[in-house]
Amino acid sequence: MIANRKVLTEDMLARIEALASRYPTKQALTLPALHVVHDELRHVPLDAVVEIAELLDLAPAEVQDTLTFYQFFYQDKPHGKVRAFVCRSISCALRGGEQVLDHLCEKAGIKPGETTADGNITIEPAECLGACDFAPCMLAGNDLHKDLTPEKADAFLESVGRQNG
Amino acid sequence: MITSDTFEPVLLEAAGIDDGHTIESYRSRGGYAPLEKLLSEKQPPEVVEMVKSSGLRGRGGAGFMTGLKWTFLPKDHPGPIYLCVNADESEPGTFNNRILMEDDPHQVLEGTIISAYATRASTAYIYLRYEYPKSWDILQKAIDEAYAAGFLGENIKGSGFSLDIYLHRGAAAYICGEETGLIESLEGKRAWPRIKPPFPAIEGVFRKPTVVNNIETMACVAQIARRGVDWFRSIGIPADPNNPRDPGSYGPKLYCLSGHVEKPGCYEAPLGITARELIDRFGGGVWKGRRAKAVIPGGISMGLMTEDELDTPLDFSGPGTVGCLGLGTAAVVVVDETVSIVDFLHNSCRFFAHESCGQCTPCREGTSWSLRMLERIRAGKGRLRDLDLLAEIGDTMGMMPGSTICGLADGAAWPIKNSIAKFRDEFEDYIKQTNPTGYMETDPVPALPIVTTH
Ligand SMILES: Cc1cc2nc3c(=O)[nH]c(=O)nc-3n(C[C@H](O)[C@H](O)[C@H](O)COP(=O)(O)O)c2cc1C
Ligand code: SF4
Ligand code: FES
Repeated sequence: MIANRKVLTEDMLARIEALASRYPTKQALTLPALHVVHDELRHVPLDAVVEIAELLDLAPAEVQDTLTFYQFFYQDKPHGKVRAFVCRSISCALRGGEQVLDHLCEKAGIKPGETTADGNITIEPAECLGACDFAPCMLAGNDLHKDLTPEKADAFLESVGRQNG
Repeated sequence: MITSDTFEPVLLEAAGIDDGHTIESYRSRGGYAPLEKLLSEKQPPEVVEMVKSSGLRGRGGAGFMTGLKWTFLPKDHPGPIYLCVNADESEPGTFNNRILMEDDPHQVLEGTIISAYATRASTAYIYLRYEYPKSWDILQKAIDEAYAAGFLGENIKGSGFSLDIYLHRGAAAYICGEETGLIESLEGKRAWPRIKPPFPAIEGVFRKPTVVNNIETMACVAQIARRGVDWFRSIGIPADPNNPRDPGSYGPKLYCLSGHVEKPGCYEAPLGITARELIDRFGGGVWKGRRAKAVIPGGISMGLMTEDELDTPLDFSGPGTVGCLGLGTAAVVVVDETVSIVDFLHNSCRFFAHESCGQCTPCREGTSWSLRMLERIRAGKGRLRDLDLLAEIGDTMGMMPGSTICGLADGAAWPIKNSIAKFRDEFEDYIKQTNPTGYMETDPVPALPIVTTH
């Protein structure tokens, strides 16, 4: 179906196609398809954009347009094995969120938005995570880290290091 | 009227109950029985009438009358009609939708099914922000349970009404919460809000009539079906008889309390509780025994109240009486006396500069230049004149001055306007102290190296 398919696996195709009946247009599958690829590869390379476009009867530029609007998606290279969003919005900032972000980055030896050289972790500033009752907080993978302190941040980095040793 | 003393939480009824998120728990508390009754006894227009007469106003931020919005749908439309449930919840300070989805997802689903029946929608999409993976799992499980129990799918409980509910995942962009940004995003495009009219009720997602409602609005619909219109209208602040345009503020409300309070959390109270009562009674007071300097009444977009204004009732019209934009999401953020107002405004401006979608020049430029000015002020190069420039930006971007497509710009403008109007002295002192030789400068100055907002 897709000529010269390089990135999208059978499994990814099946997962995208399983959602097709939910929407009256194929274009509506753009975000779900980008998520399917991103979940797996931690980025959406250009080849995948071309393949998604072919699958959805779109121009590659349309898919790329959507992808780039959402800064969420990585393209040129994958984000780290763990992607940590550290909230910097008001409720967290009032309780030391920005200090936690700086602390984490310093310990990991990177600047906010970067990935460690070993590819283990990406630390990104984030806007309100909707968990202001636990400020300052961080979402890493599917885990919400609540009421962060520098000590908790250190323990988190250690556990990431251990997991990916 | 039920007062805040006699009020018992209903939207948060499941909080603290083990397995409150399961269908068994919800049914044991009386859930889904109202839906069954309504499907067999009421026609869709009667349900619209019920919601209209309850006085329910949307909980997503704008406070529009829910029943009235539903009547804007074309009559006798061949379909399909869509319902989009807005769970993008990204307004800083706000987390009530998350609590509702995680603690009592079936309440949200029952409200969604009733709302779809009323509006004759055959498909409902719940647009859920990416950052809520736990809500996603719980909601998806609840949807599966509802299908298995015959509350979703074909011919629900023999009524002839069919409905599918699908979860749709966002990608971390605040603007997807604006209803037409949400619609564009759902269609697979960049989330650029649409110029209105046409409003979504006439031409929404996939160019079909569409209703967009917030998660908490859905939960309120479920409670109105269960407890009745009179119950709903016995809570809150009645319409002002001297103002024919005031629809009142009825029903329970989830207030999110965060920032400098002892006990941050989501608390349910009758609409119209004051910020002071909320902070003292639920929040355990301002933290560390300090005084509040300022309080955000309903998400950062709504601006700021001063300590003197804390007795303002937090109903739909209260915050406006002290110069704030409105009730917004009822997310109350307390800022204590040790915080510099310059830092506060910097944080706000950075948020909006980051989240502006960039379509409208006043918003794209206004949000980014206000941030650059605050960066410069914080770097000790502020001038008194900057305060006038900031105020000018605040007065000229937004739907109120009529220069933008959506309300994000008004939300960016209000914290600027309120901060400068209410705390001008503090800004002036800061600028004079940090830039003693240049604060009177009025000539144009170069911006500092461009700050990255991402
Ligand atoms: C910039 C912006 C962001 C918004 N974000 C949300 C949001 O996250 N959730 C929400 O329900 N409404 C949000 N709204 C309001 C929606 O446009 C819309 O009014 C609301 O979803 C309607 O539902 P309701 O009537 O039930 O409140 C936002 C509006 C603007 C201008
Ligand atoms: S007001 Fe701002 S966010 Fe809204 S459409 Fe215009 S540029 Fe985009
Ligand atoms: S401000 Fe950090 S989670 Fe809301």
